[in-house]
Amino acid sequence: MKIVIMGCGRVGAQLASLLDSDGHKITVLDVDAHSFRRLPPSFGGTALVGDGTDEEVLRKAGVGEAGAFVAVTQGDNRNVMAAQIAKHVFNVPKVLCRIYDPLRKDVYETLGLEAVSPTTVFAQLLRDKLLSA
Amino acid sequence: MYMIIVGGGSVGYHLCKALLKEGHEILVLDKDATKCDNFEDEMGSVCVRGDGCEVATLAEAGVSRAEVFIAATDEDEDNLVACQIAKHKFGVPRTIARVNDPKNEEIFRKLGVDCPISVTNLILEHIEEKIPTHPLIHLLTMGEEKIQIVEVKILEGSKSAGKSVKDLALPSDSILALLIRNGQKPQVPTADTILEVNDRIIALTTTDSEEILQKELASG
Repeated sequence: MKIVIMGCGRVGAQLASLLDSDGHKITVLDVDAHSFRRLPPSFGGTALVGDGTDEEVLRKAGVGEAGAFVAVTQGDNRNVMAAQIAKHVFNVPKVLCRIYDPLRKDVYETLGLEAVSPTTVFAQLLRDKLLSA
Repeated sequence: MYMIIVGGGSVGYHLCKALLKEGHEILVLDKDATKCDNFEDEMGSVCVRGDGCEVATLAEAGVSRAEVFIAATDEDEDNLVACQIAKHKFGVPRTIARVNDPKNEEIFRKLGVDCPISVTNLILEHIEEKIPTHPLIHLLTMGEEKIQIVEVKILEGSKSAGKSVKDLALPSDSILALLIRNGQKPQVPTADTILEVNDRIIALTTTDSEEILQKELASG
């Protein structure tokens, strides 16, 4: 499956690398070419410099033919905007985005956007670890 | 009327000043403490420090009783998210977003912002208007239905010059509403009205038919 990942930070790079070794066709987007240093040498996908909230950049990245789109930049709003463009303009079948702010995540989930809040997930994980010790 | 403005930059500042003068109740939200202080010094307590995309901040600002919500920062993604949260979480009836990248105007509309405004597009429209050889000027676009009010000028060599309205192959969703002829009162054109060079036509059309209308009226 062709998958476009927006944001090549630690999470984006690792996700790209995992999916690449699973045999998927990956394109990673980042506004800063320096971020691509995080990709392993074995990475066989495409790395593209550009802003994923820009419709033209998404088109160039092949979002129109992608089976999935994942937005994992540092900015909640950037992720939300890019994910909505992927979903509603390019009709990508599977769209996921990271939203740090749990309340914002709730709003967008009611609007039909599939989102993960690392804040909530990590807080719960820490609590479970603390209480199980 | 209670209105919220997100972003206290130059657009937010001048909007706030103008709307206060018109007697509206205004609250500006900005993340920057210095900007808030400046508002406070000049206009009293009209500015609250906070992130206009955060649900808690918006709740505190009383967004649910606002009738108009304006997102005027210089970041498109922030303006989009602020408007969407105001609309869907707090039920604000009218959301207005400043659009910095002109191609986002259409996207914002599609994603539920009631009134996206691209300053670049506004300036472009004014340039169109001032260039006399440009045969079609957009006067107004209405909502999702893509209804357009346009002005078309009949130029030297236009094939419609000398023809009557009934002989034109106008798109079925377009109508010539008003004829402006030099030195005369504007009149509503009838089927028998004969068009002349330099006539200006105000027409109702749609985004899809605009090109056919322009071809039929203004091209040679």
